[in-house]
Amino acid sequence: MAESTTRTPTARPWTPSGTAPGRLAWPVAVVAGVALAVLVLPVAALVVRAPWADLPELLARESVLQALVLSFSTATVATAACLVLGVPLAALLARAANWPTLPRRVLRAAVTVPLVLPPVVGGIALLLLLGRRGPIGRVLEEWFGVTVPFTTGAVVLAQVFVALPFLVFAVEGALRSADRRTELAAATLGASRWQVFRFVTLPLVAPGIAAGAVLSFTRALGEFGATITFAGSLPGVTRTLPIASYLAMQSDPDEAIALALLLLAVSVIVLLGLRDRWLPGVRA
Amino acid sequence: MTDAARPPHPASARRASADAASAHPALHADVVVARGEARIAAAFDVAPGHPLAVIGPNGAGKSSVLAAIAGLVPLEAGRVRIGARSIDGLPPERRRIGVVFQDYVLFPHLTVRDNVAFAARMRGGRAPARTTADPWLERYGLTSLAGRYPAELSGGQAQRVALARALAADPEVLLLDEPMSALDVEVRAEMRAELATHVREFGGATVLVTHSPADAAALADSVLVLEAGEVTQRGTLDELRAAPATPYVERMLAASAD
Repeated sequence: MAESTTRTPTARPWTPSGTAPGRLAWPVAVVAGVALAVLVLPVAALVVRAPWADLPELLARESVLQALVLSFSTATVATAACLVLGVPLAALLARAANWPTLPRRVLRAAVTVPLVLPPVVGGIALLLLLGRRGPIGRVLEEWFGVTVPFTTGAVVLAQVFVALPFLVFAVEGALRSADRRTELAAATLGASRWQVFRFVTLPLVAPGIAAGAVLSFTRALGEFGATITFAGSLPGVTRTLPIASYLAMQSDPDEAIALALLLLAVSVIVLLGLRDRWLPGVRA
Repeated sequence: MTDAARPPHPASARRASADAASAHPALHADVVVARGEARIAAAFDVAPGHPLAVIGPNGAGKSSVLAAIAGLVPLEAGRVRIGARSIDGLPPERRRIGVVFQDYVLFPHLTVRDNVAFAARMRGGRAPARTTADPWLERYGLTSLAGRYPAELSGGQAQRVALARALAADPEVLLLDEPMSALDVEVRAEMRAELATHVREFGGATVLVTHSPADAAALADSVLVLEAGEVTQRGTLDELRAAPATPYVERMLAASAD
């Protein structure tokens, strides 16, 4: 046959001779060890130095419970908001692959900026927009009597600002890697538009949506800079776990450590939950 | 596997009640499709049980013609009928056209059984869908693979699943887009013979896109040559050999002579 598409196995990537696989030069190994220590030792110190015996009492404190409830409720609402806002934005971004270069890059940059921006800057920016003298803040106050900064709503807004890009990029990646022809195949098999979405598109991007939601949740839970700038630190209203932990460090280190352990525990649970399914880089 | 050893064709019970002619309508296609700047135009009829191979060089627009018949790309002009039923105004899900896509495009998140059961599931319910799928799995030798996912299948197995999935939807017309191109050369001849058997058993109007005269010879009764968006010749392979209409036809047949 003249035009048969033969599938010959492609040659293995060229490997430099002289380096046996699995063996590192010793300076590389030493530096890698130092790097590992930088990552692991602080967390180990936290676990070792934790006042385990007093932990039940510390975690039962009013201030701790208050921060815990506030953090989990705001992070949950923020994650829900990220899902509602982020999935359509991800769809737009995935579609933008066919756009002209300039608008495509502008759109992508707009989503990326909060990802690389120091959170404090985000907090200041939110304050300038929604504060009493900000263009939107003034309208809200004069017309509706609503003040946003230094409320629980401000905590959620700050969290959405920093967490949304995580969700958008996770979902966008899933949308782009899903083969659109599977949707066409479903249609030829009698699936209506809704059925195509329900039985093909959604299951194919669900892992991306779940990964994005979990990343958004952890990012929202850990939010500090934008929150303290835009929402302050009012106990029970805007004092989330990270802020409470930071403040306690100055008065009652044991309580601060207990709060830090809480946040660490959440991170570990998330890591175990995600593992290799959704974060290919983090195979536990 | 001999024919005697095979379980009965899953659709045969239904077909037995209808007379052969009305069970399998013909396909009448007259399509004009835009692809970028170019336009692709092809008009042909396909009788049930007499598969047509659309053959042509890469980029001639063969797949676009199939997509237009299936309703996956809009028609610029023309019409498509199955028997007396005009379908060009219908969305793909209501055309009753089965498609075996290039690379098969199985649903990666569904098992072999659920892929084959997909059409029945769209019509109603998971449980009846599984009952519908089982005879098809048996027929195509897929029972032992029913729990596997597409990523765990060989090319030949994926082709069987794709064909079973399309035919389990009980289509009136079957379209195959380069069905052999995803297969390794070693299994191609065997799979070609198997596919020819299944296409014959289906018995309805069948259109196959290929660039291989060997596929056309094994799977189709006649050939339609499409070059740069235009039909340049139609006939049996013998007729093409006797009087090739273009240099492409001549080259193609010469290259496949060995």
